Amino acid sequence: MELNLLTLCYLIGSLTFIVGLKMLAHPESARKGNLVAAVGMTIAIFGTIFLYQEDGQKLHNYGWIFGALALGTLVGFVVAKKVQMTAMPEMVSLFNGMGGACAMLISIMEFKHITDHAFVWEGVSSLPGFMLIVGNINHLHMLIIVVGMVIGSVSFSGSMIAWGKLNGKVKDLNYNGQTYVNLALLLALVGLCSWYVYHTPISSADVGGIGFTLTDGTVATHGLQPIQIYLFYGILALALVYGVMFVLPIGGADMPVVISLLNSFTGMAAAFGGFLYGNQVMLTGGILVGAAGTLLTLLMCKAMNRSLQNVLLGAFGSAAKSGGGAGAKEQGNYKEISLSDAATVMAYANKVMIVPGYGLAVAQAQHTCHELEKTLEEKGVEVKYAIHPVAGRMPGHMNVLLAEADVSYDKLLEMEDANEEFKTADVVLILGANDVVNPAAKNDPSSPIYGMPILEVENAKTIIVNKRSMKPGYAGIENDLFFAPKTSMLFGDAKAALQKLLAEIKSV
Amino acid sequence: MVQSLFDWFTLHIEMVYIVILSIFLGIEVIGRVPSVLHTPLMSGANAIHGVVIIGAIIVMGRVEPDNYLALVIGFLAVVLGTLNVVGGFVVTDRMLEMFKKKKNTSAK
Repeated sequence: MELNLLTLCYLIGSLTFIVGLKMLAHPESARKGNLVAAVGMTIAIFGTIFLYQEDGQKLHNYGWIFGALALGTLVGFVVAKKVQMTAMPEMVSLFNGMGGACAMLISIMEFKHITDHAFVWEGVSSLPGFMLIVGNINHLHMLIIVVGMVIGSVSFSGSMIAWGKLNGKVKDLNYNGQTYVNLALLLALVGLCSWYVYHTPISSADVGGIGFTLTDGTVATHGLQPIQIYLFYGILALALVYGVMFVLPIGGADMPVVISLLNSFTGMAAAFGGFLYGNQVMLTGGILVGAAGTLLTLLMCKAMNRSLQNVLLGAFGSAAKSGGGAGAKEQGNYKEISLSDAATVMAYANKVMIVPGYGLAVAQAQHTCHELEKTLEEKGVEVKYAIHPVAGRMPGHMNVLLAEADVSYDKLLEMEDANEEFKTADVVLILGANDVVNPAAKNDPSSPIYGMPILEVENAKTIIVNKRSMKPGYAGIENDLFFAPKTSMLFGDAKAALQKLLAEIKSV
Repeated sequence: MVQSLFDWFTLHIEMVYIVILSIFLGIEVIGRVPSVLHTPLMSGANAIHGVVIIGAIIVMGRVEPDNYLALVIGFLAVVLGTLNVVGGFVVTDRMLEMFKKKKNTSAK
């Protein structure tokens, strides 16, 4: 490899990715870090367009490339600018799927490139229709193409399902033996890929031919059978199906883990692209994201006290079924609280702690919530937010949401600090959160969420829960907290309820 | 098969180095992130794996100008890759913009 301008571009690109990620890890420099990575990406992209050479030949089809770049930039920019902050997790999942699809299409194009240039050669009598491949294509080359395609496809179809689930278009699907069906699909996929790569391409020497001398003097010694072309697209279909089946049973509480995992998948798919073209920047970028994404996934699992395989094999759904017996037990009565009572309790409290959940995001109530906080503080009430690491649909989802509403950074308490402070709180206001405050995680070993660290809101003097109805949360399990004597329910959409509550508090 | 694997390693040893070092770097970089920044970080990482677009540009750029099926697939690949890159960076920037604004007000 000689050092030319393009390798320099790639070096800059790789460096900016590393520096960018590092800066993204600190609140002060995060925004600049994102910009640094974006600049590096631009340099790498334009470097590729204008400087990339293969066998001394520059790229062509500039019209198509720039057309696609312009279209993608325009659509991507507008969509990303217009999307509501509450829909951010969906957006990340959607863009992740686009990247996966891109990796998938690259592999398809590479394969098509091979088959388009192959020609039928009857020199092998035992294999009719045997096609000779031009160029030096070996098993490792096929391995990279196939694995890149499979990972990209799973990431693509999985992300699309995750996207649909987060915006409510796709429902969870659970049936008996689902774990086994998925496991069988995965084994079939891996088995088929291994078999395929082992047998493709076929060395013509192995099947009695000696190869064909091309006009430029090189000898085409490898080939494939027409069936192997169809089989390649069969693997593609299977991978797409697996992506769908893999995400379908996973419940909402686990969605952050899945998105993070799919994110790292796409990173790996990009890295395989890097191997394919010997491209350093794709390799560094892809592997960085692959490794970081995997670690982030594991960190999230740890936050929920569950193993990754527990999440992936859909044990959640089956465990919930066994928990059904416990759910059917007598729950006792819950009591409702009127708006004026809730307002009075809060206005005369010394300390109010707010526990936001997905309900807050759905109702877009973050601004109203911030107003409530300000109004209470004017009345001399101390207000803090308790943020559970997996509240909402993504880690940090609540932080982003409340940041949008200008809630001050130091008011947001992470779980451990919050659990210390609940003891001194007079009122805990729970806004659309459920599983993250479910005491079953601590004291019911048969509960599917048993072992997950939760916000220990029951240590506060009074608990007010705002929910739309008594329906169980996303994990599909009952919450004993709602029936506790200290708890009162304030039904209604989070935004509407908060607005009314705000008006009441102002008049107290 | 073993011989070809060995040859491949020798030929691509620098790539193997990149992979191993990048794995450790990725883990190291993310290990120190406060959980507040998890979502923006995931989103930023999401934009960075959009680097796959470079592969799409390379495939696209060497398609024969009369192979329309391949051109259309390549076009689609480049569009999707661009969506990933541009959308990813813009969304991340929007998230972080809010953090910054809030940081300033709390500093006042």
